[in-house]
Amino acid sequence: MSAQAPTADLFRSERMRRRRIVNWIVEGAATVAALLAVAVLVIVVGSVVSRGWGALNLDFFTKTPALYSGFGPRPASGIANAIIGTLIIIGIALLMALPVGILTAIYLNELAPRRLAGVLTLAFDVLNGIPAIVLGIFVFVFVVVGHGQAAWKASFALAILMVPMIARSTQEVLALVPVSMREASLALGAAKWRTTLSVVLPQAVGGIVTGATLATARAAGETAPLLFTSALYSDSISYDPRQPVASIPMFIFTSAEQADPVLHQQAWGAAAVLIGIILIASLIARWFADRSVRRLKGER
Amino acid sequence: MSVAQERATGPAALQRRGRFRPGDAILYVVACAAALTGVVLLALITREVLTEAWPAMQKFGLGFLTTQAWGDHHNTLFGAKSFIYGTVVTSFGALLIATPISLAIALFLSELAPRWIRRVVAPLIELLAAIPSVVLGLWGILVLGPFVTGTLGPGLHGTLGWLPIFSTEPTVGSNMFAAILILTVMIIPIVSSICRELFASVPQELKDGALALGATRWEVVRGVVFPYARAGIAAALILGLGRAVGEAIAVTQVIGSRVAINSSLFEQGDTLASRIAGQYQGADTALQIASLVYLAVILLVFSLIANLAAQLIVRRVAGRHQIR
Repeated sequence: MSAQAPTADLFRSERMRRRRIVNWIVEGAATVAALLAVAVLVIVVGSVVSRGWGALNLDFFTKTPALYSGFGPRPASGIANAIIGTLIIIGIALLMALPVGILTAIYLNELAPRRLAGVLTLAFDVLNGIPAIVLGIFVFVFVVVGHGQAAWKASFALAILMVPMIARSTQEVLALVPVSMREASLALGAAKWRTTLSVVLPQAVGGIVTGATLATARAAGETAPLLFTSALYSDSISYDPRQPVASIPMFIFTSAEQADPVLHQQAWGAAAVLIGIILIASLIARWFADRSVRRLKGER
Repeated sequence: MSVAQERATGPAALQRRGRFRPGDAILYVVACAAALTGVVLLALITREVLTEAWPAMQKFGLGFLTTQAWGDHHNTLFGAKSFIYGTVVTSFGALLIATPISLAIALFLSELAPRWIRRVVAPLIELLAAIPSVVLGLWGILVLGPFVTGTLGPGLHGTLGWLPIFSTEPTVGSNMFAAILILTVMIIPIVSSICRELFASVPQELKDGALALGATRWEVVRGVVFPYARAGIAAALILGLGRAVGEAIAVTQVIGSRVAINSSLFEQGDTLASRIAGQYQGADTALQIASLVYLAVILLVFSLIANLAAQLIVRRVAGRHQIR
């Protein structure tokens, strides 16, 4: 520990001081940026909950929108038709997207030659980047023009968004299934298809559930694909997927354009419901994802 | 030798392996068909959209891109010039604000934050990405818009009014500046979460080496982390830009939907995606529908190019990591 003088000098030099100050400023700015993002989230969710809270009562979930002439007491009004419509649209979209997504993941992970799998994955990634409004326009010119709007057409547009998400998260879990399990099954004489469907796939259920819930959460809030496929609906409850049906995002979109403060409060209420659905779905997805990855990585 | 053994070892076993299994063939064909939907849909979307836009493309040609009109001359003249302007201004404006913030957030989460803070903050920022655009738009009209008109706008106009972009005072809640802020909120979570993963993938030896040479944390970031992640950051920014360009709902709610080109951000305008969304209640004539779809063609071409570029960069970067 002798002749350390130069080191001590270095630390006191003007240059070192400047470098440390710059470092300190950047670290501070990075922390502030992260706080800013969290603050924006708190502000947005806070305004939705505080303004929407007053609208959330039993009538809101069980009644349909009531016309108000402007005289006398306001009739009770709610968004039951939009809630049921969203359930119908999302349910059909899930029915369309789930098998395609799972089979895609099986093909890309278990069956396809590497090269081809790369090209097909690229196609899904590019498809995933096409704006939702363009998907809406596509479904509009493909099946709506000349035939009219319908709930299942909105589901079709949403399913295009959902397939890549489901395929991706299924693939991620399929890749974690140990090769030894496949080999064991094949060695016992099981055919490839039998091995894939009854040995490999059950291991990936967690990934499938994760992908399906995340895709549902995203699709439930999408408005752009509905504009041209299921926007001209009536205010009564409809269960017919061949007719356009109401939906929570469309209700928020159209109510926000009105000047009526009561409609605004209902729009906030609907937004709170939507965020609640998305929050719960994300938590479920996270829980399933953690569990299945832990099980496959840590052998239980 | 028993019969069973003979069956398992003799030429019969080889035959068995090569035997045609209908189950395998069915699974193969069905799964392959599913995996092809990506390519098929891309082709189908392109074809359908081009076909429907064809009348407008024939009538206006590329002049559509440089004409500022929507339904002028008794619904016979349409053009995208002001929408392209609005799209460029709002998207790049948002990207300009979001880039430093997103990089800073990614640095905070990957380099600075203790583990427990990271485990709380990272999911919160992902939650910001999960908020539906229609809800952000609602917040944009009813909360952000009045704030821009009442506080932020007059303030910026008063202090920086000599800049063309702040040269007028906002008069209504909807304007391009509000759209930029909403888009910023939408792309920050996307860019920052991609960058966080990129920064986390920088080899620890490189960072340790720089630290051992006496570099401060910022110098490590500037000299090691950024250069290493450069291509990936570019891809993340392209993906963020693509998101901003394609966002229809939140923008149409706050931008004011006017066919106009103004240098001041406190004026109303419109973007390509937002114009399409604004016309959902029905177009009057076949030409108007074709022109609307023409706007979608522009968006489609842009998003195909941008996403292909971003994905190719991402793949190249990922390939490099595998080789290491």
